Amino acid sequence: MDFEAFIFFFLATILVVASLRVITARNPVHAVLYLILAFFTAAGVWLLLEAEFLALVLVMVYIGAVMVLFLFVVMMLDLDLDQVRQGFWRYMPLGALIGFIIVLEMGAIFTHRIFQESAVVPMPGESNTRMLGAILSTDFAYPFELAAVLLLVAIVAAVALTYRGGRTHSGSRAINPAEQVRVQAADRLRIVKMPVTREESEGVEGEEAGTEGEQTGETKAC
Amino acid sequence: MSQYFVLPDLLPALPELFLLFMGLVVLLVSIGKKSSAQTVAFALTQLTLLLTFVLVIRGVSSEIEYTFSNMFVRDMLADFLKALVCLTVVMTLSYSRRYLVERVAIPMGEYCALSLLATLGMMVMISANHFLPLYLGLEIMSLSLYAMTALNRNDATATEAAMKYFVLGALASGFLLYGMSLVYGVTGSLEISEIAMRTGGKLYVEGMDKTPLVFGLVFIVAGLAFKLGVVPFHMWLPDVYHGAPTAATLFIAAAPKLATFAIVIRLLVDGLLPLYEDWQSMLMLLAVLSMGFGNIVAIAQRNIKRMLAYSAIAHMGFVLLGLCCGVVAGGDQRLHAYSSSLFYMVAYLLATLAAFGLIMMLSRAGFESDRLDDFKGLNQRSPWLAVMMMMLMLSMAGIPILFGFFAKFAILSAVVAAGYYWLAVLAVIFSLVGAFYYLRLIKIMYFDEAPADALPIEVPFSTRVLFSVNSLAVVLIGVFPQNVMVMCASAFYHSYQFQPY
Repeated sequence: MDFEAFIFFFLATILVVASLRVITARNPVHAVLYLILAFFTAAGVWLLLEAEFLALVLVMVYIGAVMVLFLFVVMMLDLDLDQVRQGFWRYMPLGALIGFIIVLEMGAIFTHRIFQESAVVPMPGESNTRMLGAILSTDFAYPFELAAVLLLVAIVAAVALTYRGGRTHSGSRAINPAEQVRVQAADRLRIVKMPVTREESEGVEGEEAGTEGEQTGETKAC
Repeated sequence: MSQYFVLPDLLPALPELFLLFMGLVVLLVSIGKKSSAQTVAFALTQLTLLLTFVLVIRGVSSEIEYTFSNMFVRDMLADFLKALVCLTVVMTLSYSRRYLVERVAIPMGEYCALSLLATLGMMVMISANHFLPLYLGLEIMSLSLYAMTALNRNDATATEAAMKYFVLGALASGFLLYGMSLVYGVTGSLEISEIAMRTGGKLYVEGMDKTPLVFGLVFIVAGLAFKLGVVPFHMWLPDVYHGAPTAATLFIAAAPKLATFAIVIRLLVDGLLPLYEDWQSMLMLLAVLSMGFGNIVAIAQRNIKRMLAYSAIAHMGFVLLGLCCGVVAGGDQRLHAYSSSLFYMVAYLLATLAAFGLIMMLSRAGFESDRLDDFKGLNQRSPWLAVMMMMLMLSMAGIPILFGFFAKFAILSAVVAAGYYWLAVLAVIFSLVGAFYYLRLIKIMYFDEAPADALPIEVPFSTRVLFSVNSLAVVLIGVFPQNVMVMCASAFYHSYQFQPY
């Protein structure tokens, strides 16, 4: 077994174990962390295959953007936020371990010469990033544009399904700052003149209730 | 691989480009807050679809054109299906207009823009000669449909339906992609016509073991069956039909079936024909299960949208029946079998459009006329609508001289010509079972008393005319089926050069 095979089996073992843990972990946050580990290890395997562009994209897009967002959503879904915050020190060793392994993998990949030079070079003088770029903008221009349309559909759908302002005011909590600034005292406070009556206690009570009502209205409006 | 971008021949794809451009225009127009902007968006959408139809018709020719590095194909079959899709969407939206206007929660502008983009997805699917555009077109269409199902956000059942549709649709796409990746792994090509050649070469010249290809094929067929909604991959269909706003239900029930039919043809008949023995037996199983299950379960439904969902499952079973009789021991009768399937598809479309159109005509703001009981005594309330609905139900059941009868007849004759007598007998028995629930609706309309508090039916004149023309077409094509049949056959003949049987 040469060294490359050793690296492969090393990464593959981590990948399989991490993937298994993604679906067996009881805690969703653990599952997401294992998924990050799995993606990172998969990127290592792709580097072994000399698909450096895909590996970079996997690290940047999936781990850098998607998984962070995913982690965020998983944490948002857990309604009991206190529990999540309390668990920080419990997650800390695991998170640190995963971070450590990632750093280890990265170090191994970038320092060891096995990753610098390879026995099989697909096309000398051509990086596959460049080749992918060339083919995407020539032969595969049509599906590339279609993917753009697909993303547009996703945007339109997401906006149409979540935008609650504008068209109908029912259920909209949107506020208009311009309207808030322009507010006059008369809009919020109504001064009521009450005739003086003999039974003072009742009159005072009524007036107090009136101003109280207006005041609560004002605080709500603000 | 070419080093520099060469502008491809855009002319064959002119309808798609126009549709995309106008889709973006409609999206911009619909930003306006005034209700007139919504009206303009709707009118523009209809105009766009009609102009796209004209562009498709103008481009019809019997030669086959490839463009975009062979990823896009324009042939007679594509033209025929695209023209049908455009007309179907125009009719769908015309029926839906009042329904959508009455439900203020559904934003009209977005609905129109999403319909146009969904139509674009269907046309891309129809013209796909490569796995990538086929898959992307499918996703553009599906994503728009999921959103259109969920657009009425305050309705819990619609949201639930959209969720089910989304999850199961994603699963189906996964199946399809996995199957495609396996086929790519074996043949080394994503181009459909290239795959046909390479599979033939590998199987018959090199004598390769076909197990890996069949493994991929199973996943492709499962994915397609999901999208077409046939047993045992039909679970989403009744819930989505029931839960979605009726306008969206009609949209899902009509044009996407045509597009899915197109990719079934492109993938199985075009790409994987060397494996015909395997996929024909798979389709046969799916067809028998769908016809049986769909027709029997439809009897138990009290909701007409659910009933039509199960009836759609049974109809799709019939369509598959035609597809699995193409290549048989007795000889090549692909032209006959596949054009019968297409003919059946047209019959299904016309009847479905009008049936859902009627449900929307009887609905009003805050009231969905989707229970069977809502059709009680329709004859007393509106004799004309009742007569038309009776024609539609009789056509769906397959009563002679109506369109549905000739569609069933064409399929059955293909099945018999292929020598599958038992299959033909089963199909007839299940059609008889199905006739029960179609006739029951006629009994409800004619022999049950209308509830005393039933409101008078107010239908705009234009919708009434459209509904009448649509229903009368079912009768007229039944009397003169040759023209449509010839169109279906020539679409296949000029696209694939199948020999007439």
